[in-house]
Amino acid sequence: MKNDNLIQYIYSIADNALILGQRLSELCGHGPSLETDIGITNMALDLLGQTRSYFQYAAKLSEEDITEDDLAYLRTERQYRNVLLVEQPNRDFAYVITRQFLFDAFHLLLLQKLQNSADETLSAIAKKSIKEVSYHFRFSSDWVKRLGDGTDKSHAKIQDAVDNLWTYTDELFHNLGTDSELIEKGIAIDLTKLKEEYYNKIKEIISEATLSIPESKYFQKGGKKGIHTEHMGYLLADLQYMQRTYPNMKW
Amino acid sequence: MSEKEVKNLEAIFEDKIARDEKIEPKDWMPEKYRQTHIRQISQHAHSEIVGMLPEGNWITRAPSLRRKVALLAKVQDEAGHGLYLYSACETLGVSREELYEQLHIGKAKYSSIFNYPTITWADIGAIGWLVDGAAIINQVPLCSTSYGPYARAMIRVCKEESFHQRQGYEIMMILANGTPEQKEMAQDALNRWWWPALMMLGPTDAESVHTEQSMKWKLKRKTNDELRQQFIDQTVPQADLIGLSIPDPDLKWNEETGHYDFGAIDWDEFWQVVKGHGPCNKERLNARVSAWEEGEWVRDAAMAYAKKQENIKLKKAI
Amino acid sequence: MKNNWPLWEVFVRSKNGLEHRHFGSLHAADAEMALENARDVYTRRNEGVSIWVVESKHITASNPDDNAELFEPAKDKVYRHPTFYDLPDEVKHM
Repeated sequence: MKNDNLIQYIYSIADNALILGQRLSELCGHGPSLETDIGITNMALDLLGQTRSYFQYAAKLSEEDITEDDLAYLRTERQYRNVLLVEQPNRDFAYVITRQFLFDAFHLLLLQKLQNSADETLSAIAKKSIKEVSYHFRFSSDWVKRLGDGTDKSHAKIQDAVDNLWTYTDELFHNLGTDSELIEKGIAIDLTKLKEEYYNKIKEIISEATLSIPESKYFQKGGKKGIHTEHMGYLLADLQYMQRTYPNMKW
Repeated sequence: MSEKEVKNLEAIFEDKIARDEKIEPKDWMPEKYRQTHIRQISQHAHSEIVGMLPEGNWITRAPSLRRKVALLAKVQDEAGHGLYLYSACETLGVSREELYEQLHIGKAKYSSIFNYPTITWADIGAIGWLVDGAAIINQVPLCSTSYGPYARAMIRVCKEESFHQRQGYEIMMILANGTPEQKEMAQDALNRWWWPALMMLGPTDAESVHTEQSMKWKLKRKTNDELRQQFIDQTVPQADLIGLSIPDPDLKWNEETGHYDFGAIDWDEFWQVVKGHGPCNKERLNARVSAWEEGEWVRDAAMAYAKKQENIKLKKAI
Repeated sequence: MKNNWPLWEVFVRSKNGLEHRHFGSLHAADAEMALENARDVYTRRNEGVSIWVVESKHITASNPDDNAELFEPAKDKVYRHPTFYDLPDEVKHM
């Protein structure tokens, strides 16, 4: 494929949106209230919309006869570059909100930088997505506070989610090996530089939510290299079902 | 209030409706009007949110990103429509929680078509095309129904639903023009959804208990049989256009009446599903009940948080 | 009754220059959530540029039983309307 490094970089951004969008769309119709259900679906739609923009661009860059759907649906598990955080299952509403919050804070910082990318298309997608993601961050932060400082039960549940998902946060700041050239050219963002601001931001909100910040220094990684958790296979089985069962058809 | 006074109020009330004036929440209304509206509007709301489930079943498996976002947006709209309708119902003095309770214990009804399973992707096309098609026929006249909040909710619903049926028909069209396998999938879905869609327009006029009163209050403009005929007349040519055949050997155009004649509907099946013995009645209700029960701690947390914040504000003010 | 989210009324300005109009209602635990829910529920199709929410219990409504005394007295005060006044045709634009 042409422009392979750039395409890999796009996967590393777009796959997060795709996989998290897929997770959120599992919830449609099952939310704790109609209003919350609608709110979460809005986030899923935003993320899937962003996914399409990225993949349309990647398909074009490849100079091959492929579409956004070939990229979204027809790679093997090892070829998906999303972080482990976004593929974690919807254990309960506390996990859904915490996963969203931990990702949104990162996503917003990334897009704020990416809007200045030397790549015009990436910059344009980032500019459009910032507005959506700012709202996601507001939504998830508000809910972290509600659950953290709500009842004893909700406090315990979200503390558990924060403790368990914390281990996936460090990977957000791993660059791909192939990114260095793109970073030099001002196309890709050096993620390691976002780390400090990220932890400051989320720790502030976690404290405000009366939750304690996990002390564990052991972090999980692998998603960006295509080594996923066991949950990923099932997610892809659902996602890819139609394309795999009925190959080469239009829908 | 004396009986005579009530009779007088009723006469004024019926006159008002006959003049096409709307009834608003705080206006005097006969108790029967209130109860009938609570029943019909909540049934309608329940149908919207139970209706999210069969289609929601395919969101994660939609075959392309374009189809996925369209389906997600459609199912989300149904949540919105449920919400508008519950709100309209709440103006009659019953809370959303009470209405949920009636649904969850099996006391309230919802459209029985949602008790059929969605087993292939083509079912999503068939639901959009046929089920939404039949729903629109039912719903458009309700935009001018007599109860103001219901009419306003329906105007919003109809406006938003205009893409739903097109979404479904487009899916069917692509399948019908696709590979033999795809066409077969589409035909199979049409075969399974056709009769339930006809039943969706309600029992025949002879057996319909509510029609006469509902006509007077503009909850209905046409009878079930008239609506069903309208649905068949408009849908048959749409099937022809994409080369699918309606699974009814008795279906034929009648020059004299200017309508299609059609075969007998299996009303035993209809009543079986209505009475709770359709293929998915239990699954649908369980899904609603567990969403509500599993959400309880979340809703409680939000209320507890809101109260704490309120107290902090009060303390600051002092 | 349990700890249910109260009802809120939603008013949306569809574009600058227009007034906020009543769009419908929803449930929310607090004002911030009501605003977010209103955004998610009532402006999905680009319907608004500004939202007001107010908890339904804070609205004071007139009673339809009083309609006769409240509104009918205004019906015959035709002198409040321009057509009450006869002017020669030559006077335009007044």
